[in-house]
Amino acid sequence: MTSRSEVTPWWRNRRYLPWLVQGAVALVIGVVVAFLLTNLLLNLTARGLLLSWSWLGQPAGFDLAETILPFDASLPYWRAMLAGLVNTLRVVIAGLVGATVLGTLIGTASFSSNGLLRRLARVYVEVIRNIPLLLQLIFWYFVVFLALPNGRDALQLPGLVLAKSGLFLGSPELVDGVWQAPLRFTVEFGALLTGLVVYTAAFIAEVVRGGIASVPKGQWEAATSLGFPPLLTLRRIVLPQALRVIVPGLNSQYISLAKNSSLAVACGFTDLYSVSETTLNQTGRAIEVMLILLGSYLVIDLVISALMNGLNGLVQLRER
Amino acid sequence: MATTPPLVVRASPLRRLQKELFGSRLDGLISIALLAALLAAGLGFFRWALFQAQWAVLSANSTLFAVGRYPVEQQWRLWLLTTLLALATGFSWGLLRAFPGSGAVRALWPRNDRWAAAILAVLALWRPMALQLTLAIQVRWWGIAGLLLLARWAAGRYGPAIPQACRRLIPLLWPLLYLVGMVLISGGLGLVQVPPSEWGGLLLTVLMATFAILLCFPLGVLLALGRRSELPLLRWGSVIYIEFIRGAPLITLLFLGQNILGFLLPGGLAPDRVWRAAWVLTFFAAAYVAEAVRSGLVAVPAGQLEAARSLGLPVPLALVHVVLPQALRVALPATVGQFITLLQDTTLLSLIGLLDLLGTARTVMANPMFLGKNAEVYLVLAILFWSCCAALGLGSRALETRLNPHSPSAPQA
Repeated sequence: MTSRSEVTPWWRNRRYLPWLVQGAVALVIGVVVAFLLTNLLLNLTARGLLLSWSWLGQPAGFDLAETILPFDASLPYWRAMLAGLVNTLRVVIAGLVGATVLGTLIGTASFSSNGLLRRLARVYVEVIRNIPLLLQLIFWYFVVFLALPNGRDALQLPGLVLAKSGLFLGSPELVDGVWQAPLRFTVEFGALLTGLVVYTAAFIAEVVRGGIASVPKGQWEAATSLGFPPLLTLRRIVLPQALRVIVPGLNSQYISLAKNSSLAVACGFTDLYSVSETTLNQTGRAIEVMLILLGSYLVIDLVISALMNGLNGLVQLRER
Repeated sequence: MATTPPLVVRASPLRRLQKELFGSRLDGLISIALLAALLAAGLGFFRWALFQAQWAVLSANSTLFAVGRYPVEQQWRLWLLTTLLALATGFSWGLLRAFPGSGAVRALWPRNDRWAAAILAVLALWRPMALQLTLAIQVRWWGIAGLLLLARWAAGRYGPAIPQACRRLIPLLWPLLYLVGMVLISGGLGLVQVPPSEWGGLLLTVLMATFAILLCFPLGVLLALGRRSELPLLRWGSVIYIEFIRGAPLITLLFLGQNILGFLLPGGLAPDRVWRAAWVLTFFAAAYVAEAVRSGLVAVPAGQLEAARSLGLPVPLALVHVVLPQALRVALPATVGQFITLLQDTTLLSLIGLLDLLGTARTVMANPMFLGKNAEVYLVLAILFWSCCAALGLGSRALETRLNPHSPSAPQA
């Protein structure tokens, strides 16, 4: 048996150990960050690309296919990026509404008394979740929306026309073989929105299903025995309890949808990411463009989180 | 003590079907509408698939879809790798059956396995023929499938004869095979170098996905432990990293990797574009895996770590031997969910100009010869991705029951 000293060596002393570990980690992080930053500064100086924001005021020189804010090539870069941001917000907000509605329908369908409907809801979720979103977006754009007929052959419903040139709402009229209407959405927007809604709805359906399943069966039975009709039971008894589970789950799905909207570039929609990519290619301002891009998505995420946290506070059980 | 199963009166299948579909008048109407819609959709699909679709686009580009622009004279290396993989798969499959969990019955060919073998044989015979590959390549696929089944049979039959000492080393076969595979694919050690820019198609997708999955897991576990650490620097460092990554869309990070990594490293040190994307995928997935693992760590009672510490285990050992085994078991479904997402996320490589499976498809679509064949190609890609992701999900569920200490098929310690 070897002799052991009674005194703990200093490097195993619990008073110093945490500081030693943290010091080592801080040293490693510091050295790595310093190394990267030095290289960044050296490389940027060598290419004359040191951080500057004045280029944002120069004319962009490219056009955007689809904007709400009026935009043309003579307007500055910051206007282009703002127009892209507005496009992103447009598709995110429309997507949130659509995905919530479709997801709730499919999620509640998995509790239907009809066996076929129940199984179809499961099949929908399992099929959509296991196919990459990008593949689905490309499918919607190239296979479905770009194959739509144009002119007289377009799909026509009262007050609505769906053609290769877009979705026309209001009272669409055919003028010289071209559809005209007060409200028009492009097929790029349509494909992106459809893809995002169909994909996110599968995840929201799972959240809704989990939420409803978390309400004990006795709640249904008690309400029924008190004479509540099924829809009223769902609205007044089950949903208020299910929402406590559903709302936190929705939060992360909403943020995913906002981030996934950056795949717009695959179906030719000019969102923030696609405008930023063009801007970077033209100006070479990699750092500034990335800062704007990451910052914008971070703000969108934070706003969604804040709103959902507010909603969560409303639906949670208030204890006195 | 076994509990008595509840007494269930089973109605005849027809009667149950009637109750499921036509329980009430509304249900009946819904069922009829759904059945009509399904029938119309099914008929329309079959008419398209059999008479309108032109599948020649797949057979004409099968090599491109499989390996991209990998040099033809070096493709024997990939065939060798496929053969090795088939042998290792058959061998492991057989051993799993030779040493089942204590609850399961040992059988050389259980019913599931007979089905799997039959499906494999049909796929090996039919797929190369449907793709109209040359006879030489068809024969190779038959040979590889045959070897897989042979290895499966041999391991199931003679597996129990392997001495205990050797058996413990068998799982090391896979990491070893991975290294051999990397050498075979990229070259070196006397083989001609094949630069990553020439990898493509399924090869690139599988390589990126496996690389990122293997590396993001340990990183994610470290980040999750860091986030739960009592040391403020570790905790805040992990939190900032995880939240930064989770706040940004993957495509912007891939874009950042392609455009900014060159500025961050001294000239010439920056890795190839393919490897840059691989590292971005890894670091991206690590943040999500960290959150999955953290949910497992939360589920382990604090008393476990305290008990281990009071028995004299230092913190690292207590974490490795007591906390992590329990946490990872809880975190398994969420972690595999992240791996599935990661496999799907490899399609984003096509947006930064790499020729993964989807990128290859997009270049093929750009060829005027195959204009307008989008539906055929994307449908096949969707089926391929769907099968891989669904298989991963099924595997995760099987592993979950095997690891669950309360399930009947769990191995006894």
